[in-house]
Amino acid sequence: MAKTKVSPKATSSLGPNEVRKMYRNMLLARTIDERMWTLNRAGKAPFVIPCRGQEAAQVGWAAGLRPTDYFLPYYRDIGVMVTLGYTARQAFLSLLGKAEDVTSGGRQMPGHYGWRERHVITGSSPVTTQVLHAVGIAYASQLRGEDTVSAASLGEGSTSQGDFHEALNWASIYKLPVLFVVENNGYAISSPQSKEMAVQDTAERALGYGMAGVTVDGTDFFASYEATVQAAERARRGDGPTLLEFKMYRLLPHSSDDDDRTYRSREEVDAWKDRDPIQRMQNHVLEAGIMTAEEVDALRVEVQAEVDDAIAYAEAAPYPPVEDMFTHVYAD
Amino acid sequence: MAVKNLIDGIREAMHEEMARDERVVLLGEDVGKRGGVFRASEGLVDAYGDKRVIDAPLGESGIVGVAIGMALNGLVPIAEIQFADFIHPAFNQIVSEAAKIRYRSDNDFHVPMVIRAPFGGGVHGGLYHSQSVEAFFMHVPGLKVVIPSTPADAKGLLKAAIRDEDPVLFFEHKRSYRLVRGEVPDGDVTVPIGKARMVREGKDLSIFAYGLMALYAEQAADTLAKEGISAEVIDLRTLLPLDREAILASVARTHRALIVHEANYTMGAGAEVAATIAEGALYELDAPIRRLAGPDIPAMPFNTPQEEHFMPNPEKIAQAARELLAL
Repeated sequence: MAKTKVSPKATSSLGPNEVRKMYRNMLLARTIDERMWTLNRAGKAPFVIPCRGQEAAQVGWAAGLRPTDYFLPYYRDIGVMVTLGYTARQAFLSLLGKAEDVTSGGRQMPGHYGWRERHVITGSSPVTTQVLHAVGIAYASQLRGEDTVSAASLGEGSTSQGDFHEALNWASIYKLPVLFVVENNGYAISSPQSKEMAVQDTAERALGYGMAGVTVDGTDFFASYEATVQAAERARRGDGPTLLEFKMYRLLPHSSDDDDRTYRSREEVDAWKDRDPIQRMQNHVLEAGIMTAEEVDALRVEVQAEVDDAIAYAEAAPYPPVEDMFTHVYAD
Repeated sequence: MAVKNLIDGIREAMHEEMARDERVVLLGEDVGKRGGVFRASEGLVDAYGDKRVIDAPLGESGIVGVAIGMALNGLVPIAEIQFADFIHPAFNQIVSEAAKIRYRSDNDFHVPMVIRAPFGGGVHGGLYHSQSVEAFFMHVPGLKVVIPSTPADAKGLLKAAIRDEDPVLFFEHKRSYRLVRGEVPDGDVTVPIGKARMVREGKDLSIFAYGLMALYAEQAADTLAKEGISAEVIDLRTLLPLDREAILASVARTHRALIVHEANYTMGAGAEVAATIAEGALYELDAPIRRLAGPDIPAMPFNTPQEEHFMPNPEKIAQAARELLAL
């Protein structure tokens, strides 16, 4: 099977209303991200893991699947979660560890998603473990003859883990309906891709496992969406898994505790800001006549208001009672 | 009731559970056509097909990680690790994932699954086919750790483990597979997880053991009985959650405690049993608690004299009991 590259062109099966919704998802993810960062710098949120620069691919791959599919996002996937219906309130409840947090009842750090109702499988901090879970989920779906797909996302740094390779091997042996979604943002904290692997594209790794590998411009929403739709169709047809690689750039440090000035130049970061996926999507909706400039401005105001409300709500929300920390260790 | 080997109990439990519940699947290295390197799964692939009895690619983290995914999506996997010595690549999947999924998701998700692995020495398995790894997992809330010592318990506890809603590590002493024979009740009989078994009642001391050591403790008690010493033998059966009630009740009867395990001495299961007694029954004791365990060396040597010296046996247990009674 050959590795293919999807050209970043804005062709899509989505209608204008859907495109508007996708732009809103991206904008909401970005706004949540910005305000989380602000709260951290104000000393109100202990830890933030940003998504900035990765919104197009995140919203794209999540939208390319069905609600009945299984999602195993990694810690940067605010865009994925928003696309699956995660609200700003939910994001900030999780950020502040409040009882109402839908991902874990305030137990987990922010960015550790899980939401049974929306088929989002609970995740942890050791990277890449979720990729094997996606394979087991797909095995169960295939065994029962269901046409659901499972999709696990990960950073390109995680492709160094043994679990990644074991997962690809399993998935290709059984032609499982699973997508491996690599959000390649160029860095594993401080290590550039050149120190993580000897290949240019992580999708090349698919070749060794006899599965499809696709490299996509992850700053382009439409390319990300279409590549996912195609990979999901292959999986549902019984043609097996796909390694999807979305190339993009992490515009912020790894986390609120990181300082990227110690390992990369401002010139490099600024150059990527010219390819900011939000700006790119905005240009598209304006140029294609999907939204007017006034509508874009109004949407920004609306999203900001939603986030303002969410922060106020989450700050006022109660923490879980201390005695609740002893529940749910076992079934009884 | 028929007399069977311990490994027959294991096989029957899997057979009956796979027949009873189509969600149950078995995955591991060589578990299909070969029926497992110890033959624990012989015949299962013929009965249930290679979709449910899965010859897994060789990688323990993959086996456990895929099993977790299966459990998250409606299956009840039994993951076999060929030797407990090889479970360490899966440690992250077991400890970071399986053990914490219910807790970290606030009960949104859970993983009903069993991880089976043969453990223990005395079979010329050398450093990497003889280890006892149970203590690593006893330290992890969210897991259950079960070790049967009789064919009836092997079957009844494994059936209970498969039906359990939480991840269970099920360690089978490989020397006991065909050494230990006993009656196995016919029909669908489960044995509850978390309850110790009274092997024999006694009044002079309590011997706490599990796995092959429970059998050896029983044999030691026979020897001691001929000398007029009445030893109570408790088979712990489940190490997590530990049956503290049974331990304290036994010490209250006998006032002396000997703990036996093959795993090395420091921070073994015996340390937790000893601490339980020290906290809950110190004033019942007529003598200090005694632990008889494998030595604190990295692993069991291959050669015969050193392997024999590593393993506790009925003679060593009887001698430790005599010394304890002399105090």
